[in-house]
Amino acid sequence: MSMLIINELHASIEEREILKGISLTVNPGEVHAIMGPNGSGKSTLASVLAGRETYEVTSGSVAFDGKDLLDMAPEERAREGMFLAFQYPVEIPGVSTTNFLKTAVNEKRKAVGLAPLDAVQFMKMMKEKMSLVQIDQTLLSRSLNEGFSGGEKKRNEIFQMAMLEPRLGILDETDSGLDIDALRLVANGVNKLRNKDNAFVVITHYQRLLEYIVPDFVHVMYNGRLVKSGGKELALELEDKGYDWIKEEAHEMA
Amino acid sequence: MSDQQKILEEVTGSEYKFGFTTDVEMEVAPAGLTEDTIRFISAKKEEPAYFLEWRLKAFRHWKKMTEPHWGYFKYDPIDYQVQSYYAAPKQMPKKASMDEVDPEVRKTFEKLGISLQEQKRLSGVAVDAVFDSVSVGTTFQKQLRDVGVIFCSMSEAIREHPDLIQKYLGSVVPYSDNFFAALNSAVFSDGSFAYVPKGVHCPMELSTYFRMNAQNTGQFERTLIIADEGAYVSYLEGCTAPMRDKNQLHAAVVELIALDRGEVKYSTVQNWFPGDKDGKGGVFNFVTKRGLCAGHHSRISWTQVETGSAITWKYPSVILKGDHSHGEFYSVAVTNNHQQADTGTKMQHLGKNCKSRIVAKTISAGKSNSSYRGLVRVAKNADNARNYTQCDSLLVGDKCGAHTFPYIEVKNKSAQVEHEATTSKIGEDQIFYCNQRGIGTEEAVSLIVNGYCREVLNQLPMEFAVEAQKLLSVSLEGSVG
Ligand SMILES: Nc1ncnc2c1ncn2[C@@H]1O[C@H](COP(=O)(O)OP(=O)(O)OP(=O)(O)O)[C@@H](O)[C@H]1O
Ligand SMILES: [Mg+2]
Repeated sequence: MSMLIINELHASIEEREILKGISLTVNPGEVHAIMGPNGSGKSTLASVLAGRETYEVTSGSVAFDGKDLLDMAPEERAREGMFLAFQYPVEIPGVSTTNFLKTAVNEKRKAVGLAPLDAVQFMKMMKEKMSLVQIDQTLLSRSLNEGFSGGEKKRNEIFQMAMLEPRLGILDETDSGLDIDALRLVANGVNKLRNKDNAFVVITHYQRLLEYIVPDFVHVMYNGRLVKSGGKELALELEDKGYDWIKEEAHEMA
Repeated sequence: MSDQQKILEEVTGSEYKFGFTTDVEMEVAPAGLTEDTIRFISAKKEEPAYFLEWRLKAFRHWKKMTEPHWGYFKYDPIDYQVQSYYAAPKQMPKKASMDEVDPEVRKTFEKLGISLQEQKRLSGVAVDAVFDSVSVGTTFQKQLRDVGVIFCSMSEAIREHPDLIQKYLGSVVPYSDNFFAALNSAVFSDGSFAYVPKGVHCPMELSTYFRMNAQNTGQFERTLIIADEGAYVSYLEGCTAPMRDKNQLHAAVVELIALDRGEVKYSTVQNWFPGDKDGKGGVFNFVTKRGLCAGHHSRISWTQVETGSAITWKYPSVILKGDHSHGEFYSVAVTNNHQQADTGTKMQHLGKNCKSRIVAKTISAGKSNSSYRGLVRVAKNADNARNYTQCDSLLVGDKCGAHTFPYIEVKNKSAQVEHEATTSKIGEDQIFYCNQRGIGTEEAVSLIVNGYCREVLNQLPMEFAVEAQKLLSVSLEGSVG
């Protein structure tokens, strides 16, 4: 069964339509990359999938593991296994990543009828996942994202993803702002998390990330639509030629 | 209405969890306030004559004063003649034996999580339990006495330790200080007294739990804590009241004194009944709390978590008289529904090289109003005074208000006074971020609020920090979307 089926999804903000009919199917074990010019609607799609209320879904449907995703509250979607690594992670003063994740992990466990992890079990899990993305304990004890460098924020997002073990991970420009070493670490982390039961949607501007996280499909978003899809070689072509030819094709079609 | 707003309105309807009443046979003074009322109270407490005289002087002074109304809140005038000023359970222990405490009263405290049986108590915390107008028992008195610490009810102190009482009671807050302090001095019925002698580090936390139960009765407690030279004591006060649809008056006075190198740490978790969702009922909380750093290198620190009361008027202050003394004030004040709080502190620098620190966090939700009012005063001879003030306001929803009234008076050029203030809202993006990790909105608010208060909560003794955290969540239950 497909994990995610997006069908003719339209969404707008303040009467302005941003997503103009998106259709996309993601199966377990797959990695999809979404590329496309600034402002084309990539982050909007991610937010709508995660359930952000500021966007209004005007038509279309989304099924997640056979359930109506659009009917669920954001926290339910998360507990069902949807994870969004934010393009701009939010600061929460006074709350450490550790404390934040302890709450998140236990809320998720509660939703499926599991007992909360005690401090020892939780720390054990932390240690494991920390080595996966090579993140530092001191960072995790600091207030969440407060004063983190751009790269630290992104790495922290991936660490959270590792802790929450989602079915579907959506990475919104997790590569921007990362130096080469950090990029490799993050990509390695994702690759280690990959298995035949989960899937990833990777939003990026750079083909470089896709050298490490090799996608099964590449889609190009332009003006609220997925206007072109292909294999991983499409990313190379885009890197080479830019978006103009895509834009032209799209205009011809319209 | 957006979902967020809907949830917000729902939340502001959280229930007060301590609102039960206790059915126990009580002795209640007739309503009204005259010199006879004061004689009645004094006689009930078997007070020495000097003390009755002091009360009467306070009363005569009070009659000449008028109720202050400069606070940022509104309420209907209080009629001081319709309520009673004394209520006590009929069955009272004769000596210090807890077995004689009325079982209903004992059960009440058990229900509140306060066990009066010493073997069941958390070790490390001695409790004085005050039920309406009287102390019903103080635990661990003997262990404390062994190291020279006196910890007992105020009534007992007035009878047993007249020298200390005459020397210190009213020395920091004289009865003429303000309207409510004068009223308290005239009619106060009980409270706690602690004296830690020279060089003694009090071996356990001291605490008082105030429970207001009787109807139409005010509670006027009086607390006095003294750390002698080089002594240290940490004290915690907790309070709750049943849900009543009439407002109840609570006017307390707390005095702290620290002699040379003495230190008093005073923490409050105030959770009087705040009134219902529509603003009916609730406790009027008019409190005068002041500490005197009398000796050099002395320290006084106030930490308060204020979640209850319909109206709060309270400014725990420190007079920095001794050279090199330190004063601190850490506060979290939460208001929800129709609660109104006007709270803050005064730091009075008189001695040289004194430091004070103020960290005040207010959280307003529902239709409530919360104000920080603070004064930092540096006297002419107070060389090298240092003050750091930080006051932050957090708004939950858009029907509430937060206000800041900082006053600074500096008469010495060497002073360094720093003031920082911020106002923020719990951001929709913060809540969404939490939601996206599987954390529901209520849990998210509680997480964010606790993070926001971290610096203050960290000041509380461990056991109480956990309680305070839970309390914050409960007070804000349902207040955000
Ligand atoms: N909250 C908002 N209010 C108003 N306009 C918005 C909002 N969010 C997105 N938009 C608009 O929707 C369009 C798509 O934005 P989106 O962030 O989805 O683009 P993107 O493809 O992620 O771009 P980038 O590559 O720059 O991250 C933009 O024109 C943007 O200005
Ligand atoms: Mg984007």
